[in-house]
Amino acid sequence: MAATTSGAGGHQSLPALLHRNATQFGDRPAYREKELGIWQSWTWAQTEAEIEALALGLINLGLKQGDFVAIIGRNRPAMYWSMVAIQSVGAVPVPVYQDAVAEEMAYVLEHCGARFVIAADQEQVDKVIEVQGRLHQFEHMIYLDARGLRKYDHSRLHQFSHVQEQGRAAREEFLPELKRRREALDYDSTCVMLYTSGTTGKPKGVVLSNRNVILTSKNSCEFDRLTSGEDILSYLPMAWVGDFIFSIGQAYWAGFCVNCPESEVTMLTDLREIGPTYFFAPPRVFETQLTNVMIRMEDAGRLKKWLFDRFMAHARKVGPAILDGKPVSSGDRFKYWLGNLFVYGPLKNSLGFSRVRVGYTAGEAIGPEIFDFYRALGINLKQLYGQTEATVFITAQPDGEVRSDTVGVQCPEVEIRISDTGEVYYRSPGVFVEYYKNAESTASTKDTEGWVATGDAGFIEPDTGHLRIIDRAKDVGKMADGRMFAPKYVENKLKFFPNILEAVLFGNGRDECVAFINIDLTAVGYWAERNNISYSSYQELAAHPQVMQAIQSHVEEVNRSVAADDMLSGCQVHRFVILHKELDADDGELTRTRKVRRRIIEEKFADIIAALYDGSDKVSTRTEVTYEDGRKGYISATLEIRRAAVTGAPQRMAAE
Amino acid sequence: MLDQEQGYLTADGRKIGGVVMEMKNITLRFGGVVAIKDISFDIREGEIRAIIGPNGAGKSSMLNVISGFYHPQEGEVWYRGAKRPSMKPYQVAQQGIARTFQNIALFEGMTVLDNVMTGRLTHMDANIFRQAIWKGRAEREEVENRAKAERIIDFLEIQHIRKTPVSRLPYGLKKRVELARALVSEPSLLLLDEPMAGMNVEEKEDMCRFILDVNDEFGTTIALIEHDMGVVMDLSDRVVVMDYGRKIGDGTPDEVRANPEVIDAYLGVSHD
Repeated sequence: MAATTSGAGGHQSLPALLHRNATQFGDRPAYREKELGIWQSWTWAQTEAEIEALALGLINLGLKQGDFVAIIGRNRPAMYWSMVAIQSVGAVPVPVYQDAVAEEMAYVLEHCGARFVIAADQEQVDKVIEVQGRLHQFEHMIYLDARGLRKYDHSRLHQFSHVQEQGRAAREEFLPELKRRREALDYDSTCVMLYTSGTTGKPKGVVLSNRNVILTSKNSCEFDRLTSGEDILSYLPMAWVGDFIFSIGQAYWAGFCVNCPESEVTMLTDLREIGPTYFFAPPRVFETQLTNVMIRMEDAGRLKKWLFDRFMAHARKVGPAILDGKPVSSGDRFKYWLGNLFVYGPLKNSLGFSRVRVGYTAGEAIGPEIFDFYRALGINLKQLYGQTEATVFITAQPDGEVRSDTVGVQCPEVEIRISDTGEVYYRSPGVFVEYYKNAESTASTKDTEGWVATGDAGFIEPDTGHLRIIDRAKDVGKMADGRMFAPKYVENKLKFFPNILEAVLFGNGRDECVAFINIDLTAVGYWAERNNISYSSYQELAAHPQVMQAIQSHVEEVNRSVAADDMLSGCQVHRFVILHKELDADDGELTRTRKVRRRIIEEKFADIIAALYDGSDKVSTRTEVTYEDGRKGYISATLEIRRAAVTGAPQRMAAE
Repeated sequence: MLDQEQGYLTADGRKIGGVVMEMKNITLRFGGVVAIKDISFDIREGEIRAIIGPNGAGKSSMLNVISGFYHPQEGEVWYRGAKRPSMKPYQVAQQGIARTFQNIALFEGMTVLDNVMTGRLTHMDANIFRQAIWKGRAEREEVENRAKAERIIDFLEIQHIRKTPVSRLPYGLKKRVELARALVSEPSLLLLDEPMAGMNVEEKEDMCRFILDVNDEFGTTIALIEHDMGVVMDLSDRVVVMDYGRKIGDGTPDEVRANPEVIDAYLGVSHD
């Protein structure tokens, strides 16, 4: 492969890789974007020209080496070009979550001292303008979509295409300077700075070097044999390390094509049209798709439903084995082939997974049923485990060794050890440089030998060498009687029920565990519709007695399964409430990547937790909510507290 | 004659041009019922002009007069410096006037895209035979029209429902599709009949933004009828207030808000 012959040493920055790609496969597509109903595409050669024009334009505007430039917007080719253009001029791109409210954005922009901001549209421009008074270093803002911005004061505001035009016009003048800056880049220069969403406290700026990004991309591309022929759909937040690695790191290393959806809401249609060969999604996306399939099958004709049920049962039995290359009888193989013809093939096609060669899910645990469903269809869905500080990859599942309960073996050049407290540590070429302006945190996370604490508790399975993650190390606690408390373990089991969107378990230092539940409005709403139950709001549906009853049976089922595990049997849910609002990142209850922020929830709903423990049947509460436009309001509700049956905890644990 | 020179500057600094349409002493009767009684006002280039009033004030009748659907018994309609004769609605459309309806009037069984494409009809030249042969001019025209339709679909952010039959859409989106169909004909004057009726707060906010963006981006002159006072006052440059077929106020939102007759009409002083 071209990529390996040219060697890692020769290309020590993304602009260098860009140049390699433009030379080696200049006429192959590098980016596609659906615009005005048509897929527009740019070859690597065109991409290089676009990026160069922008880089020259940025020099023209006075961008200096070492400056920080914030990038705010959804996945679009021009936004990706911006990242590489910024690197070309020796500055550091800082992608920011586009759904962040102005307040959160202000923190990040101020912390990194961004002089330039590249924003997608009026919405993002407005947010920056709202907080710009506090940003002392902020100078220029470049926007992509001019709509609605005509009347704005353009003294510090520039249109993306104009910046490029000015760059092209001044090519003669600035090209030597651009070349000098590009050549100054090496493995140790900063590639990108990404803010971790942070389940506690303020976000931290993780500095990743070119070495981190390029070596990790190289290793992971080799691990899954990714080539320049891959197609990916880039729809995950650009501020998330995963998107940076898949859509930039790996794409530039392997030279494959990045496809950008038309808009957030058309993602599933665009997925179907592109049919990616390499696909990444958090469990949530797979869950949504599966729920949609199941709902539509419920409405299908009797013959279709019968065919679907029969062949899916067969697929569950032999599909994963066929995928893993294990021996399967020829009769079963024939039946699977037939099923593929009539059911799996068309289904995969309508999901957009016809061509998927490698699919990954990570970020949260995925329900075994969901995982198996996709594998049964013949989609090579795997799990990986990683974090921003590791430039994503810590462990991943190799082909043929895929299970829903592990996160795989260590990736190439990654070392793992488990500390005495059970926390997972790793060391790899991808280990981050530092937390920006936060030496203290850097020192407490990364030791002098380069080992990084993941903050997750886990263990390595002795016979397979696979890593299993139990929970966040700081969340693992002890109950009053000394038994282990691992909230996520139970929450995940609860969340595997389609009716339950989110669950939060409490019980650290207590005698018994209690839980908050969020119902899944799509699944429960559909059920309500079929059963002629009318409701006007989330709150009303959540309080419906039949919904309560259904959730209670789910909780009790989870209790039985938790009781079977000696180590964790103390974590059974004794009492629970269905919350009156969905936990939301805008209210600070979840991170932007939708992880539960325990401490905040604990404080905010202290009254409900107290009621869960004092034996009351009902609790009245009033909660502040933040609307999308940043306004605040209150909702009040009276919540019913339910008891769930628990299975007797084995007494022998108490002796420990 | 019409005063074409004089324009004015809006509060947010937009330049409003000369008179596009002038209604002179319009009176409209249905049998013995007088729907509109001797009303005069004008609409200027680039402005957002609202007609408000309580139920039964004659707002929709007024819009129908503007759109050429009703022909007033008395009075004259002047459009772009010429007195408008009695016309068929399609002739009005050819003059660059497009409208949406209070009760949505889309082709329910057709997709959003097809519905929007119908808005290009007035711009199609190829006759049925050329369409049937397809190659050449008919194809070029179709591509051109589709590109225009896509630009509007993108503008109104309805890409995700491009291929969805209209009958499956919720009310708020249908309203947006109707606006798309009106916009795609590239009107110079856009008439909106209660664009926010039956919408929730969020949909109203979206619709407001679209109306302002249309005015800003395409320079389209907009005349709208609306019930929701708050929306109208935020949106419009000038407002005509009607009550029982009479004009009781005309001016900027602030002027209208201060007009005692308007306050009476809206706060429901006894008319007996």
